[in-house]
Amino acid sequence: MRRMTIPAALVAIGVVLASCGSSVPAGALTSLGDGEGALNLIIWDGYAERGAVDKAYDWVTGFEKDTGCKVNATPMTDSANGVQLLKSGQYDGGSFSGDATIRLMAAGDVAPVNTDLIPNYKDVFEGLKLKGFNSKDGVPYGVPHGRGPNLLMWNTTVVTTAPTSWDPIWEGGSSYKGKLSIYDSSIFIADAALHLMQKQPDLGITNPYQLTDKQFNAAIALLQQQKANGAVYWGLLTDQVQTFESGDTVIGTTWPYQVNLLKGEDPPAPVEAVLPNEGSTGWSDTWMIAKNAKHPNCMYRWMNHIISPQANAQATVWFGEAAVTQKACDAAEAILPGHCAAQHASDEAYWDKIWYWTTPQASCADNDDATTCKDQDAWVEAWSTLRGT
Amino acid sequence: MTESPGVRLLLRIGTWVVLGFLYLPLLILAIYAFNPSRALAWPPPGLTLHWFGDAAANPAVRAAFLNSIIAGASATAVALVLGTLAALAVQRFSFFGRDTISFVLVLPIALPGVVTGIALQTTFKTMGLTFGLPTIIVGHATFCVVIAYNNIVARLRRLPRTPEEASADLGADTLLTFRRITMPAMRTALLSGALLSFALSFDEIIVTLFTAGAGTQTIPIWIFTSIQRPTELPVVNVVALVLLLLSVIPVYLAQRIGGETAAVTR
Amino acid sequence: MTAPGLAGDMQQRPVDSRARRLARWLYTRPRAQLALLLAAPVLWVGVVYIGSLVVLLLNAFWEKDAFTGNVTPFAWTLKAFVDIFTKPVYATVALRTVGIAIAVTLADALLAFPIAYYMARIASPRARGALLVAVLMPLWAAYLVKAFAWRTILQGNGFLSWVLTPFGIPGPGLTQLFNAWLVLSYLWLPYMILPIYSGLERIPSSLLEASSDLGAKAGTTFRRVVLPLVFPALVAGSIFTFSLSLGDYIVPDLVADAKFIGNVIYDNSSLGNLPVAAAYSLFPIAIMLVYLVIARRLGAFESL
Repeated sequence: MRRMTIPAALVAIGVVLASCGSSVPAGALTSLGDGEGALNLIIWDGYAERGAVDKAYDWVTGFEKDTGCKVNATPMTDSANGVQLLKSGQYDGGSFSGDATIRLMAAGDVAPVNTDLIPNYKDVFEGLKLKGFNSKDGVPYGVPHGRGPNLLMWNTTVVTTAPTSWDPIWEGGSSYKGKLSIYDSSIFIADAALHLMQKQPDLGITNPYQLTDKQFNAAIALLQQQKANGAVYWGLLTDQVQTFESGDTVIGTTWPYQVNLLKGEDPPAPVEAVLPNEGSTGWSDTWMIAKNAKHPNCMYRWMNHIISPQANAQATVWFGEAAVTQKACDAAEAILPGHCAAQHASDEAYWDKIWYWTTPQASCADNDDATTCKDQDAWVEAWSTLRGT
Repeated sequence: MTESPGVRLLLRIGTWVVLGFLYLPLLILAIYAFNPSRALAWPPPGLTLHWFGDAAANPAVRAAFLNSIIAGASATAVALVLGTLAALAVQRFSFFGRDTISFVLVLPIALPGVVTGIALQTTFKTMGLTFGLPTIIVGHATFCVVIAYNNIVARLRRLPRTPEEASADLGADTLLTFRRITMPAMRTALLSGALLSFALSFDEIIVTLFTAGAGTQTIPIWIFTSIQRPTELPVVNVVALVLLLLSVIPVYLAQRIGGETAAVTR
Repeated sequence: MTAPGLAGDMQQRPVDSRARRLARWLYTRPRAQLALLLAAPVLWVGVVYIGSLVVLLLNAFWEKDAFTGNVTPFAWTLKAFVDIFTKPVYATVALRTVGIAIAVTLADALLAFPIAYYMARIASPRARGALLVAVLMPLWAAYLVKAFAWRTILQGNGFLSWVLTPFGIPGPGLTQLFNAWLVLSYLWLPYMILPIYSGLERIPSSLLEASSDLGAKAGTTFRRVVLPLVFPALVAGSIFTFSLSLGDYIVPDLVADAKFIGNVIYDNSSLGNLPVAAAYSLFPIAIMLVYLVIARRLGAFESL
């Protein structure tokens, strides 16, 4: 080894020490050890497939063989449920949407992520790094899984002209009395607010998640009208799949996964879906690790695995959402050509028009102290009242 | 009172109607077990044995079945011990609070399962326990105690004290009398209490959902999660049908034992 | 009832073993016997069960942050109770649930009686055995599977629709409250049949013969003799049908898309509002405590 002069050596040591100190966030795992043999995840249904539905879509068994981490995946019905599951302390992490992630980060239920331990992180699209929903104070808190918009789905044999706007489930709902399929979660109030942004602009709604009393009440009134038209609420996505199959519902709000499942049946169910021209709410999901995860090494390995090209390609084609790395997009071309283009995976301008799920806050999530908005509790309570009466 | 022939006929018809009502969904369930299509339209497009093979090969089913058996057996054992102790205390002694005991023991069954489940889950979480088979067993034992207790108390009530007194007169101490006289007499009550406890534990879903945690599945939990997945639904029907057919054995046993007891009292 | 071997044992001199010494010590101390007997059950039910209930109910009085969802222990507040007593939805749900629970109990009592009577007093012993097995078997089919089977029967392209369509009657679909009543009555029916059967079986024939000897017609005998005697058993059965319907949340959601007391409790706990879930739990607890006290007065506990 060449002899270094002492000042150069000191500089070298200083640089090493400085970079060691700054790149690992406080509370994150510092080094990757061996897998613990198990991994308990909270997922959106369809995010951790092991070939049970379609043998070609399996990104779990390979992971289990490679790492020895046996995966137990529990699906959540909505974000509030996911938050509660994580707080139970029985899980190592999960794939959370924006309305869950900011709550979990604020409550300290999740730990920041040491991206040095996740080699595939560097490939993630820049538009998904260090966003408000997956980072805090410039520190990353997770790896993205995928993002997508909520869609309008209909039964083509009953709804003969393809709709292009959300009207059929709101004002036009009386044409499908008793057969509207609506997501059973308080977050759906935002969809009502979104519709009002177009129909009642004088309400002045600028953000469908942060609503003043007047705006909120208008949204609730719209939802009550929808309920009077006979809405059937789905909490589990298989509920919706079954009601469309049985003809108990013919039009409603959905995720691309249900469309894929229905079209993938033998014979395919007669459904179609569209992103209506008013735009839509949507989600951008992030895998986060619980603060006191019992199996952190397995969780880090999973986070690296799920953004690896093959896994992310399969997962996003399967669910019907946008992939998160260019390499995954390239891998997806072999599974479903045109997948990333159709899902606008790298088109950030497209995502500016999609309102990702986020938490309603009393502060309206802005810097204006003058306005107050309805908070998460008010949303959940209003939804329970709507459903219970 | 001899019932008139008209009344007898009406009662016979009524019995058949009720039996039909009880078995209609089970028949439909059985037919769906052979349904080749995953969708649940009626009538099904055909018949197939395909799902039976799937069910047999499914490792989750086997694991869940094993967990259910272990949980059921353990909970029943605990329930029998606690139930016997409580029954002996209530039946053989009079003390302040005697009536309260039977009242309190029935609470875990009489109060809604969701309340019991959430209460246990919150407590276990506060204590920092890891959820799994032990927490399931604790939950199940708690509401199985009353079943064992009721059966044993009913039996003890009908048991004459004379053999025990005779045994004491012959010089046997309390424990020997219990072991040699009382226990054998209670045997049928213990068996029927055990069978009923096991049945209750085997089929319990609500409290189990709250106390099982992430990685443990009993058969009802497996059914619950599989019903939510369109692909595993046909396998659920198969598993349910097989369990139903297997259950003829314990039901027949329980009825024979119960019949013996009834014969003794008649 | 024999105790073989006891005489044989007694021919030897009894060994003064530890067990025997303990038995002798206990013999003169009935209170100690009682304490030993009661210790384990009371500790279990008292500590494990009642203790858990207390922990849950304490949460009803604690504060919860709307944003983070964290419950702060010992931060006392009555907010949860104010919520459930002032917002009308909680009363609506409670009334709906109690109404259905009563309707289910009545339906089950009506359905159970004919078959229980037939089994107890008319059927031959062999037929009785077969009927008992027939009634018990459905209890062994998993609750969830039975509920789901009903969902497939009631749904748009299910069995019921298939039967009714030729007559032009539309199927019920999956949003009728009627469905919940129907399915709950189905599920708990065996729990009503068995106690009524036991109760009817216990009535000595001599009583009924005496009644007809005194000139009473069948209807009068039934009303004046049978019903009062079987009433405690009816109440015992109703404890199951009422409490199981009161707390159920899976069936209302699965077949009727409705919200019952159990749903409100479950939703609040799974969505992170434990204080409201705990506060609302007091409601079915209170109802069942009252019900149990009345049932005990009516003698139901001996007929369980």
